[in-house]
Amino acid sequence: MTLLTVENLKVAFKTRDGEVEPLSGISFDIDAGEILGLVGETGSGKSVTAQAIMGLLPFLDGRVSGGRLLFNDQDLLAISEKQYQQLRGNQISLISQNPMTSLDPVYRVGDQIVEGLKLHLAITSDAARKRAVDVMTSLGIPNAEKVFHQYPHQLSGGLKQRIVIAMGLCADPKLLIADEPTTALDVTVQAQIIELFKQTTQKHNIGLIMITHDLGIIAQLCDKVVVMYAGNVVETGPVASVFTEPQHPYTQALLDCIPKLGMADRSLHAIPGNVPSVSTFPDGCRYHPRCPKATPYCMKNTPETLQTKNNTKVKCHQFSPQWRTAS
Amino acid sequence: METIQNSENIKPPANRWLRRVKKLKSNKAGLVGVIIIAALIFVAISADFISPYSFKEQDFSIMNSPPSTAHFMGTDEFGRDVFSRILHGSRISVYVGVVSVGLSVFIGVILGSLAGYYGGWLDQGLSIVTDLTWSLPEILVALLLVAVVGAGIECVIIAIAVTYWAQYARLIRGQILMLKNEIYVEATRSLGATDFTILFKHLFPNAIAPVIVAATIGIGQAIVLEATLGFLGMGAQPPMPSWGAMMSNGTAYLFISPWVIVFPGLAMMVTVLGFNLFGDALVDIMDIREDTLK
Repeated sequence: MTLLTVENLKVAFKTRDGEVEPLSGISFDIDAGEILGLVGETGSGKSVTAQAIMGLLPFLDGRVSGGRLLFNDQDLLAISEKQYQQLRGNQISLISQNPMTSLDPVYRVGDQIVEGLKLHLAITSDAARKRAVDVMTSLGIPNAEKVFHQYPHQLSGGLKQRIVIAMGLCADPKLLIADEPTTALDVTVQAQIIELFKQTTQKHNIGLIMITHDLGIIAQLCDKVVVMYAGNVVETGPVASVFTEPQHPYTQALLDCIPKLGMADRSLHAIPGNVPSVSTFPDGCRYHPRCPKATPYCMKNTPETLQTKNNTKVKCHQFSPQWRTAS
Repeated sequence: METIQNSENIKPPANRWLRRVKKLKSNKAGLVGVIIIAALIFVAISADFISPYSFKEQDFSIMNSPPSTAHFMGTDEFGRDVFSRILHGSRISVYVGVVSVGLSVFIGVILGSLAGYYGGWLDQGLSIVTDLTWSLPEILVALLLVAVVGAGIECVIIAIAVTYWAQYARLIRGQILMLKNEIYVEATRSLGATDFTILFKHLFPNAIAPVIVAATIGIGQAIVLEATLGFLGMGAQPPMPSWGAMMSNGTAYLFISPWVIVFPGLAMMVTVLGFNLFGDALVDIMDIREDTLK
């Protein structure tokens, strides 16, 4: 069953120099119980996608300028802010980018979990507290009763991240968006948190959108992957297909950048050039300035999203007959 | 495992306020401030019982008598005991100081938070009003207001509140403006919190510390402004003693009986010093991020 459909989603932000469009028509969908990885370099539009789904753009001087967002067959772009508020935390939860700053420093962490519960469930304070401690325990927080009464600055990064996850989970959402939840954590804690995500999504049959720039996490955790570049989805498909046979030159380059054991010295790969900023997206295919296979045709024409033979979709001219005739 | 090592670090939750009291104890200057403020409040409450003489009874046989064992701060031009009048005068200072600052903080904080949070025309309007208020000398504004609404303690309170609210509005506006981009605000909103919850439950407690500090120091300023208005004859009306009015009356006899003007001045100086010392100490004490495990 399709939980969320993102269709040709466009986002615009007001800036001092006019409007910019950090997302120019992205599409993907996610089923219940599925884990989808959203990967791309900084500035590719991953976090904006999350904010758009959460309906947070109006608070950030942004807006959805086109496309559709369907959640459980409900049009998210048509509902009022009040209805959205009922949805947030209850049906769709966001685990923000940085656990270190996602908690309000003046409240005990337990009370912050309880707050989320009480916003959505008709529940007494005692019951909410009990439930918060249960959720915390199920996330592997030792001494949950005690941690409940701690302030954020008294906890380690791993514990804080678990608290933030508990906040996201406690009202039983159908869809969880985790925006780089492990970036600030060390590798051992990261592994624990990843395992936790895996278990939780299976146990509660929730959909998880995992935003990250760590391809290792995607390979470990996700069913599907969406590769983003400069506000576009360049390649999407099952993780196994995309990782074994990447079709888009950008995905290929990303995978080549992963260091491998036994590599010779000084042979780390890097993609030449930088991610264009939102105001300087190039014409034609946005990847052409960095693409080894680019031809003059790529500079002028915007590529279509095309189905490839191994069950992935790719936004690259290579797969279009016109490109072949033009080159 | 990482989690186990964590559990050893967990201390039983200590009360935040208890910890702040402890912090205050180690801050000598702040402690002096607290003692001065406590003494002032005690004097204001119990002035009727601890004054050796009545504050209004006149005795023309001892007019302008210098400090002695009977009247250790001397007497004024009507033979009234200066010490008793200073004790009673503390009431007006404390009352006007606390109430007027309370009122201006209340107005300023509400308008300032709304302006900082919502921005737009509200914010621009507030900026214009605060700039206007700041461009005028406060004594002039206060005088004008007293002239409009009339003399008396209540009018002085209103005048001071109107003069001072803008500084608190601007202070909290800046705080809210900075804090509203914090990630925990986005996180709270993602939980489904309303604007009201975000503003008053989450932003407010994080933003309020500097306002409390400024308000404490502001009480000292308000006391001086009250005395200034009293000195100009706009404050409490006779025979109610206010420090400013006492000094004003004393100017006529400055060379005959300087004690009439010196002692109220000293009282005021010590009071303002007390509030300033306490306010400075609060800067350290109120900082939540300093509340680390120790």
